[in-house]
Amino acid sequence: MNAPLRETPLAGFHAAHGARMVPFAGYSMPVHYKDGIMKEHQATRESAGLFDVSHMGQIVLRPKSGQIADAARALEDLVPADIAALKPGRQRYTQFTTDEGGIIDDFMAVNAGDHLFLVVNAACKEEDEAHLRQHLSDQCDIEVLRDRALIAIQGPQAEKALASLAPGVKDMRFMDWGVFQILGADAFVSRSGYTGEDGYEVSVPASIAEDLANALVEAGAAPVGLGARDSLRLEAGLCLYGNDIDKTTTPVEAGLAWSIQKTRRQGGEREGGFPGAPIILDQIESGTKRLRAGLKPDGRAPVRAGAPLYADETSSTVIGTVTSGGFGPSVGCPVAMGYVPSDKAREGAGVFAEVRGKRLPMSVAPLPFFVKSYKR
Amino acid sequence: MTKKFTEDHEWLAIDGDVATVGITSHAQEQLGDIVFVELPETGRTVAKGESIAVVESVKAASDVYAPVSGEVVEGNQTIVDTPESVNADPEGGSWFFKIKLSDPSELDGLMDDRAYKALIA
Repeated sequence: MNAPLRETPLAGFHAAHGARMVPFAGYSMPVHYKDGIMKEHQATRESAGLFDVSHMGQIVLRPKSGQIADAARALEDLVPADIAALKPGRQRYTQFTTDEGGIIDDFMAVNAGDHLFLVVNAACKEEDEAHLRQHLSDQCDIEVLRDRALIAIQGPQAEKALASLAPGVKDMRFMDWGVFQILGADAFVSRSGYTGEDGYEVSVPASIAEDLANALVEAGAAPVGLGARDSLRLEAGLCLYGNDIDKTTTPVEAGLAWSIQKTRRQGGEREGGFPGAPIILDQIESGTKRLRAGLKPDGRAPVRAGAPLYADETSSTVIGTVTSGGFGPSVGCPVAMGYVPSDKAREGAGVFAEVRGKRLPMSVAPLPFFVKSYKR
Repeated sequence: MTKKFTEDHEWLAIDGDVATVGITSHAQEQLGDIVFVELPETGRTVAKGESIAVVESVKAASDVYAPVSGEVVEGNQTIVDTPESVNADPEGGSWFFKIKLSDPSELDGLMDDRAYKALIA
């Protein structure tokens, strides 16, 4: 890991706002700015937060036949979601799966009219590209957009802030996608995000990224770093790839079966046909041994990722693991997620997490911890 | 009263044979918003360098070490009840614990104000 860290097009913006930079997925990224994680978290919940997510991968799949349906069918060979039914200007959450039913990456897929547009995790983007090239090169031209920034604006004032630059975004519904003119450039805008708040993710040419960020700050958005991004998504019950999901967890175990539409399930029109389908589809019908669940420590000590879970205070048998955990600023107490035996994945079930040699009681809690306010 | 500092960013205010211990302003700044504090039990005998308390921010958990050997004679319940007070007043009212020194010569190895300022500069 001696490769020099990459910078996003917003490196100058981060410096100007007093960011504390940390290495993340090969990039130098802001963990927080001058005000700190708590205030940035609250600014997003109460007003609007601006996030640099330019480290994420932006990939275009263009059908060689010219028919978008062909690209959609091709992508369905790699993911369990119904992509063929995705209408132009709509976005859907899905995963690349392994033959064992694990998750290579989770990402957003857009029907952009004449092509598909994917936004994938930073840490997985090279592997995703190789995966796509290996399996879809016959049907699609695959292009990674390396010269575009990605900026998320999230929170109850996000609409007002972004609409000051592109009034049309007001009319978008949750998971809509479209191309808008922003500061004279083509901006790919989706009404989505990863904070549990209403908001947008905006892809723009790198050359105007800093101008856009400054304009959004001018319109009232506060710069928010990875620290608050993590506490926001944890409160919203959303998975972090590499923590809550990875190649050893299936979408069903992770509680993501909702992202597998009926058409791809057993008895559906286009049942299966993606890696790991026999395992994943069987799990939808028959259940799994373990499930991802929300966990609330009974006490005040945060229980963080990696803490082993036990059925009681003395047993030596590990029954699960905390995969994300910390303090939830908007819920005012520590919150966590982790895998528990399926019979424990019900509200109020008790488990014990081992932290610093002590067994701390936790209760299974419904997700999300914080109730969302998406515009539908 | 003499004030000393450690390389772990703790401060000690020494009054006779009792040291009041807390984390420095620099430490709380680095930690960020503090949300949880766990203190050692009163009466516990501790050795210099032993991890005896925990301070957690939104970001991460950090150990607080015994800067000197001795017996814990008091913990500051206020910071357990309101952890955020450590951010507000780290080197005053938000002290962590008091230790009755068993070996006052251990103080000789600690930094004075000037040396600590140079360390964090």
